[in-house]
Amino acid sequence: MKITVKLFAGFRDNRFKAAEQEYPDAATVGDILTALDIKGPELGVALINGRHVPPEHVLEDGQTLSLFPKVGGG
Amino acid sequence: MDKILRVNMTDLTCKVEPVPAEFATLGGRALTSTIVAAEVPPTCHALGPNNKLVFAPGMLSGTPAANSGRMSAGAKSPLTGTIKESNSGGTTAQQFAKMGIKAMIVEGMPKDDKWYRLHVTMDGVTFEDASGLVGKQNFDVIDAMNEKYDKKIGVMTIGLPGENRLASANISVKDPDQKIRSHGRGGLGAVMGSKQIKCITVDAAGAGKVEIGDPEKFRAAAKVFAKGMLDHPVSGEGLPTYGTNVLINILNEAGGLPTKNFKYGTCEHHDKVSGETMYDTIVKRGGKHKHGCHAGCIIQCSQEYVDESGAYITSGFEYETVWGLGINCLIENLDDCARIDNAMDNIGIDSIEGAVLIAVAMEAGVIPWGDGKETLRVMNEEIGKCTPLGRILGNGTASVGQAYGLTRVPVVKGQGIPAYDPRSVKGIGITYATSTQGADHTAGYSIATNILKVGGFVDPLQKEGQVELSRNLQIATTAVDSTGMCLFVAFPCLDIPEVMPALVDMCAARFGVEMSVDDFVGMGSKILKMEKEWNTKAGFTNEDDRLPEFFELEPIPPHNVVWDFTGEEIDELWNF
Ligand code: SF4
Repeated sequence: MKITVKLFAGFRDNRFKAAEQEYPDAATVGDILTALDIKGPELGVALINGRHVPPEHVLEDGQTLSLFPKVGGG
Repeated sequence: MDKILRVNMTDLTCKVEPVPAEFATLGGRALTSTIVAAEVPPTCHALGPNNKLVFAPGMLSGTPAANSGRMSAGAKSPLTGTIKESNSGGTTAQQFAKMGIKAMIVEGMPKDDKWYRLHVTMDGVTFEDASGLVGKQNFDVIDAMNEKYDKKIGVMTIGLPGENRLASANISVKDPDQKIRSHGRGGLGAVMGSKQIKCITVDAAGAGKVEIGDPEKFRAAAKVFAKGMLDHPVSGEGLPTYGTNVLINILNEAGGLPTKNFKYGTCEHHDKVSGETMYDTIVKRGGKHKHGCHAGCIIQCSQEYVDESGAYITSGFEYETVWGLGINCLIENLDDCARIDNAMDNIGIDSIEGAVLIAVAMEAGVIPWGDGKETLRVMNEEIGKCTPLGRILGNGTASVGQAYGLTRVPVVKGQGIPAYDPRSVKGIGITYATSTQGADHTAGYSIATNILKVGGFVDPLQKEGQVELSRNLQIATTAVDSTGMCLFVAFPCLDIPEVMPALVDMCAARFGVEMSVDDFVGMGSKILKMEKEWNTKAGFTNEDDRLPEFFELEPIPPHNVVWDFTGEEIDELWNF
């Protein structure tokens, strides 16, 4: 299935900003992190359609996944 | 021996008073609020002779504790009518602490129309003629004082909006690089102006070290604390690289980024002004992406933003300001936003209130949407020169909304709502509604838990858990605001178990007393209630703890949600 992955902050280093990528059906957020060589604890927030999703969340074809490392401000 | 300076502007005297026993272990917000609550009549006019302006360095300011160099300023706010505490970096907190000045209380007002500069030394305060400084904006005042003394002189100053008592005026504080940090929110610059104080200079010659009651315990705790700050990915890595502006993209993705005066929750051009773009721009142009607002900050969320030729435009370019101008006013050009930020520092208005009120002025048709050049002109020529239009604008977001008959006016208790939409990030809405300070994100930063997943996770779109979240954060923040610590220590405090106890141990060791985490949080809770009680005596009721009606009437895309808390649900916050 096709998933658009958007990366932010330090996740962009040596990777990309946004890319449409092919993943096996029923891939989880965690699977995509593994494919991107991002270790679980590095993940701050994963969002689909503006909603937070956990690493075990199963993606559907055509979705956009936004991934952030641990960031903050205020 | 620590002392309290009592500066009387009516008879131009300064008394040096001993520190009452009950103030011995207080500092920062706990001390300014305690003094304001005890000495300022709640119903007084904020610009009248009965208001007092109180400065107090934090409990840990001046010690080697990392990030502890912040000063609290307190008074009755002319913007909100509530009690106010606003803290700032810069050099004066550490100077005051090392000089043994626990607090400086400025009261009364001159009988004539003369302007003064307060000069603070180890001997007390002298009243200098400020006629040569009146009419100057902040950077010129700083230059003049650097020239008169030297670069070590501490400076707190107001620009023309402060002199003219506009309610968005701030108090600007010189930072270690001769630039400006601010006691931003709540119009404290207008209070200083009402007392005809153009600036305060601080000469710390002869000051010693801050005495530490239990040096060994202090050292051990300071080490644990600093390690926690460097280990946490937000304070150790994210903030020094991208600054606070890293939030633009995450709020945009989460649908909580107020756009075009709070009409939409996402913004198409978000990446043009995002933290990532700002970082790339600064690095490419040879600016500094890391910078501390005071000596001893090990996070360094600030930066030096430069133009294409590498020339300085601004520093301390925060998420809230970039959001306010770049997103909420649709000013897509980051250089324009930076120039406006610098102009706000120079004329001395709060850069959150300043940005929020410009969006309402755009809604009113005073400035075209997205017009950065015109906004810059309005800042410098209208608000900066206090023209009739400048006064309407410079009196804050609520003033603009009223002058132009608008309903989408994002304020609580008269103070502009910052960079997180309360409809789609509900925890922060509870903080805006109930804070003793008017709308203030820092009073209980639920974004940490609603959006960033720091300190757990509470779904930002659900009502459940938000009141409790905001309550706990507001109590803890009141305590942290009393230490002189930058609020960003909250990220490691929320996530790493040994950091909060280390912070409390440092406070205990500083004063040579016993203090548990419960005692510390209990202090926060007591001060917060004291502030609330003072506001009640000033005439505020539960009905003031509400968001503007438009948040209930206008759904915000992309989640198409409204503010749906009942008054009763909001009032639960005070159940502690
Ligand atoms: S992290 Fe930022 S706000 Fe906090 S003390 Fe450092 S420079 Fe100042």
